[in-house]
Amino acid sequence: MTGRVEGKVAFITGAARGQGRSHAIRLAEEGADIIAVDICRDYPTVGYALATEADLAETVKAVEALDRRIVATQADVRDFAALKAAVDDGVAQLGRLDIVCANAGICTVQSWDEVTPAVWQDTLDTNLTGVWNTMTAAAPHLIAAGGGSIICTSSTAGIKGLPFLAPYVAAKHGVVGIARTMANELARHQIRVNTVHPTGVDTPMGTGLGGLEPLIGKDANLGPIFMNTLPVETVDARDISNAVLFLASDESRYVTGLEFTVDAGNTIR
Amino acid sequence: MTGRVEGKVAFITGAARGQGRSHAIRLAQEGADIIAVDICRQIDTVPYPMATPDDLAATVKEVEALDRRIVAAQADVRDYGALKGALDEGVAQLGRLDIVSANAGIFSMGTAADLPEQAWQDMIDVNLTGVWHAAKAAIPHLIEGGRGGSIILTSSAAGLEGMENIGHYVAAKHGVVGLMRTLALELAPHSIRVNSVHPTTVNTDMIQNDTTYRMFRPDLDHPDRDDAEAAFTSINALPVPWVEPVDISNAILFLASDEARYITGVTLPIDAGELTK
Repeated sequence: MTGRVEGKVAFITGAARGQGRSHAIRLAEEGADIIAVDICRDYPTVGYALATEADLAETVKAVEALDRRIVATQADVRDFAALKAAVDDGVAQLGRLDIVCANAGICTVQSWDEVTPAVWQDTLDTNLTGVWNTMTAAAPHLIAAGGGSIICTSSTAGIKGLPFLAPYVAAKHGVVGIARTMANELARHQIRVNTVHPTGVDTPMGTGLGGLEPLIGKDANLGPIFMNTLPVETVDARDISNAVLFLASDESRYVTGLEFTVDAGNTIR
Repeated sequence: MTGRVEGKVAFITGAARGQGRSHAIRLAQEGADIIAVDICRQIDTVPYPMATPDDLAATVKEVEALDRRIVAAQADVRDYGALKGALDEGVAQLGRLDIVSANAGIFSMGTAADLPEQAWQDMIDVNLTGVWHAAKAAIPHLIEGGRGGSIILTSSAAGLEGMENIGHYVAAKHGVVGLMRTLALELAPHSIRVNSVHPTTVNTDMIQNDTTYRMFRPDLDHPDRDDAEAAFTSINALPVPWVEPVDISNAILFLASDEARYITGVTLPIDAGELTK
């Protein structure tokens, strides 16, 4: 049976582990080749360890085990030139581009008065400007291909004002704005632009977010904001990948401008 | 390869033709058995011919050609007793229920000032109360199954924005969104997910008729399909006049499948960007 994205090529940022790796594997399972980038380096402002070169190598291995091709590069989404070189090189090797997953992101937890200028800047640079860099580096290749699908990873924090995550919330709301604008600007090229909005996902980033509970403890009214409606606390990376796969495939050829929540009903309470 | 909804049973209203038949076929292609209902009869305020018993028989034939089972009944979504009777019989024969596609709907036109009262009433009765009836009849079966479930309500782009000349349709389709959001909250403890789909113009008999052409081209005396095509295209962002029934079916298939096991409360547009403009 033909895969649901057979013969397509997907560019994925933050692909070394977590959701990014899961997207790479899920799309490869359904027939796509992959262009993967990840910074593979820690941030001084982020309290948990980011992915490593070994993690990125693991993603390469997993995709190759599915008999799909993958071009992987260490690149920082904040560095437009490096990102563009990575996607250009990937397209040169794999021949085309159809799918873009602007997935790379960081997250720090602190109350508003503990947000340092460096934390604010790193979060906006990575989670918002990084998405912009990814879209704009990739869009010319999609136009050349005659269409495509861009999926930007936002969050329930792109819809709700989650407390203790101010820079993250600002960036993830911003992602929705640029996705809507690009959905309109790129529609005439048959390029669709959508966002996905996970609730808490069981990944290294998700488990690296210690510190929320003591902050919520100071104001019990804020606890329910983080609660899901369906009886689960977190979802798996593969649940997000399945939504990404739907949006990447021709099954959703007329779906654009959507904020697609994969949030166990977090935002409808 | 195992189908994406293998072994599940889906209840579909308005299944005789158009989107409903397409949903039945697409879900059957991926392994589901079908409980299909349709009124198969005209409603006086509807300005185009509605489905017939022959249409419903054609849906049955198509599903059976895929080696899936189907239990079909003529039933009006406005008649709760008849709808419940049809569904209960289907579940008795097919053994379970997992998916609900509340799809049956009608279309007519008139400014809010001039709309006849009966046209308003029929619209609300079919497109909103009929959706609630489908959900109400199905919920006990889904809960009893103990495996969760997926309810997909067919709204419209007109369920999320106002449109001239179809105030009754807009009201009903907005009402569907409110119902969806409440059902999503009420049924979450049972792991039953509830979402709505929001098509732009779909290439079916409901829009491919002279009445709809005149609505989109009021400047012409006798507009035809070609005249309407440019007007249909102008409401979308992607450069297409309409989408096909299978595009809605693919969205419903995704929402119906376990791939969407943590997706609930979503208003999913299949609208070629109409709402993003």
